[in-house]
Amino acid sequence: MIYSDKVMEHFGNPRNVGVLDDADGIGEVGNPVCGDVMKITIKVDDDRIEDIRFQTLGCGAAIATSSIVTEMAKGMTLEEAVAITKNQVAEELDGLPPAKMHCSVLATDGLKVAVDDYLVKHGREPIAGEVKSADPDFDPHEDEDDHDAEAAS
Amino acid sequence: MDTTVYLDYAATTPTDQRVVEAMLPFFTERYGNANSLYRLGRDAARALEGAREQVASSIGAAAPEEVFFTSGGTESDNTALIGLATAGGRSSGHVIVSEFEHHAVLEPAAWLGKHGFEVTELAPRPDGAVHPDDLAAALRDDTVLVSVMHGNNEIGTVQPIAELARVTHERGALFHTDAAQTLGKIDLDVVALGVDAASFSGHKVYGPKGTGALYLKRGVRLAPYLMGGGQESRRRSGTQNVAGNVGFATALALMDAERQAEVPRLTALRDRLVERLTGAIEFAQLNAADAPERLPHIANFVIPGVEGEAMLLHLDAAGIAVSTGSACSSGSLKPSHVLLSIGCPVEFAHGSLRVSLGRFTTEANVDYLVEQLVPIVDRLRSMNPLYAKTVAALRGATH
Repeated sequence: MIYSDKVMEHFGNPRNVGVLDDADGIGEVGNPVCGDVMKITIKVDDDRIEDIRFQTLGCGAAIATSSIVTEMAKGMTLEEAVAITKNQVAEELDGLPPAKMHCSVLATDGLKVAVDDYLVKHGREPIAGEVKSADPDFDPHEDEDDHDAEAAS
Repeated sequence: MDTTVYLDYAATTPTDQRVVEAMLPFFTERYGNANSLYRLGRDAARALEGAREQVASSIGAAAPEEVFFTSGGTESDNTALIGLATAGGRSSGHVIVSEFEHHAVLEPAAWLGKHGFEVTELAPRPDGAVHPDDLAAALRDDTVLVSVMHGNNEIGTVQPIAELARVTHERGALFHTDAAQTLGKIDLDVVALGVDAASFSGHKVYGPKGTGALYLKRGVRLAPYLMGGGQESRRRSGTQNVAGNVGFATALALMDAERQAEVPRLTALRDRLVERLTGAIEFAQLNAADAPERLPHIANFVIPGVEGEAMLLHLDAAGIAVSTGSACSSGSLKPSHVLLSIGCPVEFAHGSLRVSLGRFTTEANVDYLVEQLVPIVDRLRSMNPLYAKTVAALRGATH
């Protein structure tokens, strides 16, 4: 299992670390028992992600995927942000080892939960759909064997 | 060559230069097959038997014939588990292994479990030791084999093997111990321990990788695991690795010669590490701190609020090599089975750090590790969304 240079670069110098105090939306996903927990806070202006921060407890891939997803999402519309897939995250990082694909799910899920949190707070319909890792009993490893994970490695 | 601060000696060791020198002639000039009758073969056979005598004497075996060479700890463990359980054509019975064995014991035990045997995985206690009373309670009339490791490779606790073997023999079963981590590191005498079989590895003692041995007490039956030309008294077929075994034996002789000075030196380094690391990092704890006996060179810490692989990667960037029991580093889904077996909470096991010291470790190395680790832990904790909760829970638990 070897990380790409880009994973190592984002792990060593993660972007957008922290918490936005006046966040419009908050997404918390993962479970400490599994070793991965992520929190994303967003500022929204005119349905666009104006600012974004993350905090992550997790391995090198978890930190790198969190970092890159904040970079990708910044400036996107809410619709664009929730459409980011785990494979796009992995591609952006020049690939992830198959056993680490669940980390990119965590990152995209954190973003989705934050977006829906914003929408629901403003009396609007959520758009992200079901997010499994927001459930405290979610096992991030359960879809490790799926074909997408193989393809993106 | 580089400036790595190597603190992972329990994973492997560099081959000692003196060992390399001893091995070199056997690659080129003294290349004979130890089973050939002509002079070149006899020369190799003499070297091989000299290596066997050295290993036998070092481990306190009654005779050199009780030692046979293998490709390392994994082969020795696999051979012992499967070869002892199935000796004489036996196809059923009860086998006991401890929960925190190396996978080289757990996996063949699981294989036996799928092939007619019943397997009990015996839990160690939170002090990191397998207790003889617990073993006595697990033994049955149909128990054929018990395997408990001598020194645990992750937490460094030493098991009371002599008592465990005695309890086992009282119920008529055989006793095997994986001694890969204790060989050369502490005094080890297979007769005093009273074991029927013991596994050893060369690369943990500054010998070459791919070498090792299995001690088998005279009279104990073993179904061979590797079959073929009948080398090693038919117990392990395959042309012997003369250069490797000479290297292994030379390495062991050096361990024996230097142990009296090395044990107190490493113990002092380990204690310095434990004191400094737990003093510098809030909530850091030594795992199995209450162990009745521990190896001088291994210290395993839990550092709450961080994930082990992230810690390891940052340390690597600072030129330090250590290991962790986090799930993410192992490629498996669960964190260290060893830490879980002694009651370490899962979320903390993800943040474990194993530091293992050796021949070339200095005080400066240990201090450098602590110095580098402090800001890494601070940084990772500041990125942990749950750290405030973790701190509250830890503070609550201490009141």
